[in-house]
Amino acid sequence: MPKFNRWWIFKPAVFVVCLVPMAWLVWDIFAGNLSANPIEDIRNRTGIWTLRFLMITLSVTPLRRIIGWSSLIRFRRMLGLFAFFYAFVHFITYIWLDQAFAWDEIVKDMISKRPFILSGVASFVLLIPLAITSTKKWIGRLGGKRWQMIHRLIYLSAGLGVLHYYWRVKLDIARPLAYGAVLAVLLGLRVTVAAVYDRRPVGAHRAPLQ
Amino acid sequence: MLIKRASDIASSEITPENLYHNRREFIKTASAVLGIAAAGAILPACTNSAVSGMTQSKPKGKYDTDEKPTPYEDVTHYNNYYEFGIDKADPAANSGKFKPTPWTVSVEGMVKKPASYSLDDLLKGLTPEERVYRMRCVEAWSMVIPWTGVPLAALIAKLEPTPAAKYVEFKTIMRPDEMPGQRPSIFGSGLHWPYTEGLRMDEAMNPLALLVTGVYGKPALAQNGAPMRLVTPWKYGFKGVKSIVKIRFTDKQPLTAWNEAAPQEYGFFANVNPQVDHPRWSQASERRIGEFYKRRTLMFNGYADQVAQMYSGMDLRKSY
Repeated sequence: MPKFNRWWIFKPAVFVVCLVPMAWLVWDIFAGNLSANPIEDIRNRTGIWTLRFLMITLSVTPLRRIIGWSSLIRFRRMLGLFAFFYAFVHFITYIWLDQAFAWDEIVKDMISKRPFILSGVASFVLLIPLAITSTKKWIGRLGGKRWQMIHRLIYLSAGLGVLHYYWRVKLDIARPLAYGAVLAVLLGLRVTVAAVYDRRPVGAHRAPLQ
Repeated sequence: MLIKRASDIASSEITPENLYHNRREFIKTASAVLGIAAAGAILPACTNSAVSGMTQSKPKGKYDTDEKPTPYEDVTHYNNYYEFGIDKADPAANSGKFKPTPWTVSVEGMVKKPASYSLDDLLKGLTPEERVYRMRCVEAWSMVIPWTGVPLAALIAKLEPTPAAKYVEFKTIMRPDEMPGQRPSIFGSGLHWPYTEGLRMDEAMNPLALLVTGVYGKPALAQNGAPMRLVTPWKYGFKGVKSIVKIRFTDKQPLTAWNEAAPQEYGFFANVNPQVDHPRWSQASERRIGEFYKRRTLMFNGYADQVAQMYSGMDLRKSY
């Protein structure tokens, strides 16, 4: 079991790895590697990486409990903030590059009968309080239990994100369904693992399953 | 087969491929200077740089738009042709095995001479024309494409359907060996093959309806629907059935591919209409490929003068 004792070395490394999708996108933009519809590409890629980072973030707790990599917790906040970062870039891409700040169109997109944009915006907005309260100071201020409750909103955000993806495609729903399945498994694990572990004393959390 | 006009324009004259590359070059240079934050300012500028370089060596035809054609590179590398895969780059990447020759088209149903024709025989005696049309995709992007083709009306006149024929149905070829998107896959398009499309007879006889064999004065590439595809510029792009092998005249409205798969989202008519949104997104505006700002979508994609009379008295919200 890797203890990540030198996590102060690992952390910057993980940080850099998390930036790779962004760097890759920026490279493709300026190297002219994007398609004839570059705004669509930027939108699609930042959107999919938001979902991926949400899933990665959500897999931290199940992984540390099932495999016993307790030290993984040290990366959870950073991974979550990267999910927020990609969501933010995705949101700005829609507001700025896609709609060019045409607020009337944006509002129409959201409040009309089309839930596609609304689900995406809701998914992003739900992440804002989580990003703000991600610091130690806020954990202290809110208290561990309440903080944890609030941060469970990430499941709702991820669910809305998957729904947003599902509504975005035409008939090729297999990919959004795959993300939905991953989310369902993560949520299922969270519920069952929590049922087993959350009643135990703190020390027991360190022990791997079995 | 290759249909050419005597006064064929070299594609390099219409689409300045060098300008296309200049655009990319421009993005690189400008962005290096201004940084990523300037991306929004850069994109509209590239459009202008391409406009100024346009040369129009052919007199503007009756049905031609004088808008700037979308670069050939984009017309051939940003495609929806789900038989080759669902991503826009798939048709260009996955169509290498596709063989557009020899080609046989079967003409069936309520027609005087039902028969199988080689493509050459089918189009024999018909005069190909070059038409610069707008193309509006149901996904809210658009292009301007110089097509080469024969008016569908001329072919129908030659085939002589019986008076009972009210509709004409088209089918794409079924070749899973050459078209990976036709193979069963859970990550597929969700459509049923072969792709089927259709027009009401008056729509098919409209002078705008074109059976296309060429793009930019060259034979159409596989990703554009070689060797022969339909183009109906007042309708969403998915009506433009590609690689046609079957033309059937019938008295019943054909069950078309998208209409069959998602009837609440895609109708039989599929006329471009900014007032009738797709259930999940707006159709009021579109992004012209190569442009930064969206533009307003026009009724019937700007072809109302030619086609609106065919739909008078129809509720276009219901017959979408």
